Amino acid sequence: MSSNMTDTSPKVGLIDLQIMWNRLIAVVGEQAQVLIRTAFSPIVRECGDISAGIFDLKGRMLAQAVTGTPGHVNSMAEAVKHFIRHFPIETMKEGDAYITNDPWMGTGHLNDFVITTPAFHKGKLVGLFSCTSHLMDIGGLGNGPEASDVYMEGLYIPMLKLIDQGRVNETLMAMIRANTRLPVDTEGDTYSLAACNDVGVKALSAMMQEFGIDSLDPLAEHIIEKSRAAVLAEVAKLPKGSWHHAMTVDGYDHPLTLEATLTISDSGIHVDYSGTSEMVRRGINVPISYTTAYTVFGLGCVVASDIPNNAGSLAPLTVSAPLGSVLNAPKPAPVSSRHVLGQMLPDMVFGCLRQALPDRVPAEGTSCLWNITVRGERRNPGKANPVFALTITTNGGTGGRPGQDGLSATAFPSGVMGTPVEISEIQSPLMFWRKELRPDSGGAGQSRGGLGQIMEIANNDDAPFELLAAFDRIQFPPRGRDGGSDGAPGYVGLASGAVLRGKGLQTIPPGERLVVLTPGGGGLGDPQARSDAKLAADRRNGLVSDEAATRLYGVAQAAE
Amino acid sequence: MLSTTDVRLAADIGGTFTDIVLDAGGLRRTRKVLTTPAAPEEGVLAGVGLVLDDAGLRFSDIDVFVHGTTLATNAIIERRGAKTALITTQGFRDVLEIGTESRYDQYDLTLEKPVPLVPRELRFTVPERMDAAGQVRLPLDEAAVAALVPQLREHAVQSVAFAFLHGYANPDHEQRAAAILKAAMPDLSITLASEVCPEVREYERTSTAVANAYVQPQMEGYLGRMAAALRGRQYRGATYLVTSGGGLTSLETAQKFPVRLVESGPAGGAIFAAQVALRAGEQKVLSFDMGGTTAKICLIENGEPATSRFFEVDRTARFLKGSGLPLRIPVIEMVEIGAGGGSIAQVDALQRVTVGPESASSVPGPACYGLGGERPAVTDADVALGLIKPEGFAGGSMDLRPELSLRALGREIGEKLHLSPEMSAYAVYEMVCENMASAARVHAAERGAVIGQHTMIAFGGAAPLHAARVAEKVGVPRVVVPPNAGVGSAVGFLAAPVAYEIVRSRPARLDEDFDGASISALFAEMTEAARALVEPGARGAPLFERRTAFMRYVGQGHEITVELPNKELGMADVAELRRIFEAEYAAQFARAIPAAAIEVLNWSVLVSTNAHHPEAAAPVTSAASPQPAGLRLIFDGRAEKKIEVPLYRREAMPPGARIAGPALIAEDETTTYISGSFDAHIDGSGCIVMEQKAA
Repeated sequence: MSSNMTDTSPKVGLIDLQIMWNRLIAVVGEQAQVLIRTAFSPIVRECGDISAGIFDLKGRMLAQAVTGTPGHVNSMAEAVKHFIRHFPIETMKEGDAYITNDPWMGTGHLNDFVITTPAFHKGKLVGLFSCTSHLMDIGGLGNGPEASDVYMEGLYIPMLKLIDQGRVNETLMAMIRANTRLPVDTEGDTYSLAACNDVGVKALSAMMQEFGIDSLDPLAEHIIEKSRAAVLAEVAKLPKGSWHHAMTVDGYDHPLTLEATLTISDSGIHVDYSGTSEMVRRGINVPISYTTAYTVFGLGCVVASDIPNNAGSLAPLTVSAPLGSVLNAPKPAPVSSRHVLGQMLPDMVFGCLRQALPDRVPAEGTSCLWNITVRGERRNPGKANPVFALTITTNGGTGGRPGQDGLSATAFPSGVMGTPVEISEIQSPLMFWRKELRPDSGGAGQSRGGLGQIMEIANNDDAPFELLAAFDRIQFPPRGRDGGSDGAPGYVGLASGAVLRGKGLQTIPPGERLVVLTPGGGGLGDPQARSDAKLAADRRNGLVSDEAATRLYGVAQAAE
Repeated sequence: MLSTTDVRLAADIGGTFTDIVLDAGGLRRTRKVLTTPAAPEEGVLAGVGLVLDDAGLRFSDIDVFVHGTTLATNAIIERRGAKTALITTQGFRDVLEIGTESRYDQYDLTLEKPVPLVPRELRFTVPERMDAAGQVRLPLDEAAVAALVPQLREHAVQSVAFAFLHGYANPDHEQRAAAILKAAMPDLSITLASEVCPEVREYERTSTAVANAYVQPQMEGYLGRMAAALRGRQYRGATYLVTSGGGLTSLETAQKFPVRLVESGPAGGAIFAAQVALRAGEQKVLSFDMGGTTAKICLIENGEPATSRFFEVDRTARFLKGSGLPLRIPVIEMVEIGAGGGSIAQVDALQRVTVGPESASSVPGPACYGLGGERPAVTDADVALGLIKPEGFAGGSMDLRPELSLRALGREIGEKLHLSPEMSAYAVYEMVCENMASAARVHAAERGAVIGQHTMIAFGGAAPLHAARVAEKVGVPRVVVPPNAGVGSAVGFLAAPVAYEIVRSRPARLDEDFDGASISALFAEMTEAARALVEPGARGAPLFERRTAFMRYVGQGHEITVELPNKELGMADVAELRRIFEAEYAAQFARAIPAAAIEVLNWSVLVSTNAHHPEAAAPVTSAASPQPAGLRLIFDGRAEKKIEVPLYRREAMPPGARIAGPALIAEDETTTYISGSFDAHIDGSGCIVMEQKAA
């Protein structure tokens, strides 16, 4: 405890360091708020698909805003190291900002722009701010899994200077505008990212002024050392050993196996994905940074939920996957819909951990977002038909939890928000005819799985629209545990009866309704052990039908 | 503005206490009585009786009665509202339960989402559908509405909310469906989402409508009983209710839209601070209200508190955003965090000192109360540092025990961090001040305000002890501690204007298709509706009208508020509207976006009497430095030792009295700590004014 008290007034120094740590967390929170409030991309402004953080000059993350997307946790932490490699510290100038959307150096797909800004205080470089957000369209085939390599997925921006000492790189901006279906939004979002870093830079300088410091180094050491020690202290409380877990998911056109071995040792927790299927020809492959992010998030929920993310707290939690597997796909693999498998990884972690810590983890849930990505042309008589492109964020149910039911229609592990129906309808000619809970979809159990949703969507214009499907848990639904039933599998089809594929570009004909049923979460524990009061409430509220109550929960049929 | 020659009465019904303030010809009397939750009017009438006796007046002498209450809020928090049903568009039964589809805490596997006020069994749907432009896509099935009557009766439903998709764009279906039910069930309370919140985004609108329906029967009953009881006592004055937006409204409007009454207490506090600001001649103010459980921070500019259209009631999980029920109503915008005198301090897994949001409340209270509290609270840190005199705490009602504070701090913090009990107290004090400073800083950032340009106005029992340190942290150079801060909200009520604000969604782009005539017609309609609600209460006072637009770049999701000129709009105004939007945007977010298209999503009209603008107090001439009542030892954490500071009695300090920090100024309810970086004087209206020492 007293090992790093280096200040001449050590106890005051310790308290100041704690205060400044809190301040950094507040600063990145403010940075994130500015990004959300100024964003164009609906998935950012309505759903919070962003990340923001502050880094020291070694590229070590000191604080990160808690936002909607665990996928950005480790990936953004690594991104800044790549920026420093391309733009060495000694070449950075006040007023610069750097950009990339490289999936392997950024946050896993081309739609995520990452912008890093050097922070100066009294003319001296003291730290870096970085942020990322999901842009709606970056050209190519669009944000779906259809492409067979990353070059088909859109404009690929290498490490470039976006702003050079205050002067915006107009050539790059013109390139960006020319390579997207939504030039206004994409340019606006790029500005919004740069502006949010500027807000962080100002706030950092004010803090350093107040505390009279000229360097972040002592604070960085304090944060990283304390966080690392805290995670190791939590790990020390866990049983030591290795546990193995496997899961089958739908994949693009054939099922894929995910395999994990989780090892808890004195030095931390390691998850290895040996045994996992090879990478595939379509864009559901996952770069290793994104695999790491969701795996560490799953670990964090169980063993370190109160410890803020930074280079120190992340260090004891490590991940590996064989190069060339679907969880460590190298360039130029297509990776646009990397979230589908990435978001399954907390369930892999829970599957291992439940063998060691049965009372702390839920049954499997829907896990991957059921984003309904659509596009088409608006009918606009007498004028050009403008394009619309929209990602409607929706979710299924989460798995039953020890002592608590799963959550219905709730994102997990992603934390993004659902898209309001009325907002979707203002931005496109599409109209929802139904969006409500899907009865009997939650896996039966002592703790019931959360329910999925039923949605029906049509085009008000007499025109087709395209669906860029990237759904999973259709052939292999979320599994129940300890006697609990599986959640209901997902479904995609047309109201007229045709079944659609879970992944890939498909066209909804004029006048047809797209029907999407999101999966329910798996049940936990024997359904017969469910409390009468909870079951009665579920029946009264129509969440569990009489038929299901009889078949799954053993309720005697009412005498006619 | 309410005349100052009248006999004016204000009552603030809180969860524990009901505060009464009587102002007769400028002379103010106050009383605090216990709230009587079963029949709140009894507590109010008892308190009013006492304060009238104090003044030698009768009910018939009262000209104006202004009334604020947390009853609506508490009915929601405690789930004691009416049996309520929701009727919505077929296919959308679960808007309330699906909510935002998100979790308010990323890492918590055990979180529970807010429980909707209407369970699924009482959520009904009928075939109908409007599109985003308000065009009918599926006509209302009137027979389906009528068919709900037996079910509503069977469930003994008392109140119904209608919330159809895009009902804000065209309320016709909601109105017709409501008429059908009203005809069949005349005693039913009915709320239309298109009336209570005519704005886009179905979850927030539906949630607001349901909350209104949920509290309406009770509030209607309570307000009716109160009016009758007052009439029975020969009261003949004008009665107003305080809204969450800080305006006064009539009894009838309050009965129709009771959801607008939530948070009227804190709104009163903000108005109080605004009045203090005007008297002190302050343009930009940060109001800082710190009580036993929470601290509330609000920005006030030119005597007007910042307003918003969004509020979350019943934030159950540590005041986290997203853990409450959203209400889209006009509110005075403030941030509330779990930091008060009773907030518990502890050491977390990272060996960090944390404070709140858990509170020791009044029982057992902080360790120093000696009522069995074992865990150190913020008040214990204040006592251990020597900032609070232990004898005669809280107006003489109890003596505190510093040795219990030191023991709790030593055990829960000191032993874990190898700090002395005094250093532990310093760490707790610093951390709670930092938490409040952070909240203030983020709040200012969200509003685009530069915090260092503000003056802090500190009130509530715990604020004067911490205000100087929070001010140092956020870079505020001036702090004002007004007198009589304990009943600030009720005092604030007396200064509130009679006002009503209406917001409507009607998307329009600022381009060659801009239809100024149709927007002007919309404004005329909104103004007429708002005037109809305000005029009866204004009693002939002059009204003003303020128009605002909620604008954004086309494609963005969040709007900023822009004040519009009060005139007919036409094509010629498009350039002007662009200019004011871009100026406001650049002010808030540093960078405007070149040549981007701009649109307006919502339009609003506020019709209001002029707020009471007190004259700035005359400057005071310096009086002699008062004699301290004694010296106190306080612990200075920076120096890690005790230092001696003078202690003054507030009542012994006349206007103009000047002292240098560090010092303490004690009064019955609280103590003001003037840190070493401030000097203090008493101004013409009795406020303690701390000013940063020249560097």
